[in-house]
Amino acid sequence: MEEHLAEFRAAGIQPVAISVDTPEESRDLSKKAGYTFPLLSDRDAETIRRYDLLHKGAGEHGRDIARPAEFLVDRNDVVRWRNLTGDFRVRARPEQILDAARTMP
Amino acid sequence: MQFHMSRRINWPLWSGFALSIAAFLSYFFFFVRFPITRDVPWATLILFAIAIVLLVIGLRKTVGRRIVAWIVTILGVGICAFFCAAVFIGSRQLPASEHAPGIGATAPGFVLLDTNRHPVALSQLLAEPGSKGVILIFYRGYW
Repeated sequence: MEEHLAEFRAAGIQPVAISVDTPEESRDLSKKAGYTFPLLSDRDAETIRRYDLLHKGAGEHGRDIARPAEFLVDRNDVVRWRNLTGDFRVRARPEQILDAARTMP
Repeated sequence: MQFHMSRRINWPLWSGFALSIAAFLSYFFFFVRFPITRDVPWATLILFAIAIVLLVIGLRKTVGRRIVAWIVTILGVGICAFFCAAVFIGSRQLPASEHAPGIGATAPGFVLLDTNRHPVALSQLLAEPGSKGVILIFYRGYW
């Protein structure tokens, strides 16, 4: 994701990552991986629930976590593209997102 | 009188076993970082295939008591089977998420803390000048 950041920014898209991790855990991850986009903390999984992405008990120590998913949201709050992978190891390729972004106003 | 016990190490058997362990670990510590070897773990499966061939060769060339060779072979095959189960079955069991917002739906708003504990709102991200939109990446977490 980080390598494609310049392409996303050029396309006017800002990546934002969300998980149940605390801000401190996210900061560690962000530092280690060298991310420059925001990592947001949804500690009680409330936003995750509103997006219907809750994966109960699937986290470390049986924590509720998010199942992986990506949503491209335009300026009017409308979802323009999404990826709900059926397999948590297979992630969306950045090219798919950039192609979708090109069709946005 | 000295008995010369010819303790020749059964190289194929033990290297096959070591390779099955190495194949398993290499996926989670190395191959998982690259989509090309993570999505379909062909590199790891090739290593497992070589490991199993070595184990079978080792098993067949065992003279005398074969129980140890059988146990080692079964363990090696077991590691491979466990890997296949984890990767092909375990990782597919995700919730259905039928009510996740689809294309054309309104994305639910939120206000969440960033890594500096500053609140960030979706509306604020979308309103940034020059912003055409955001890509929300929900992920499992750091562990």
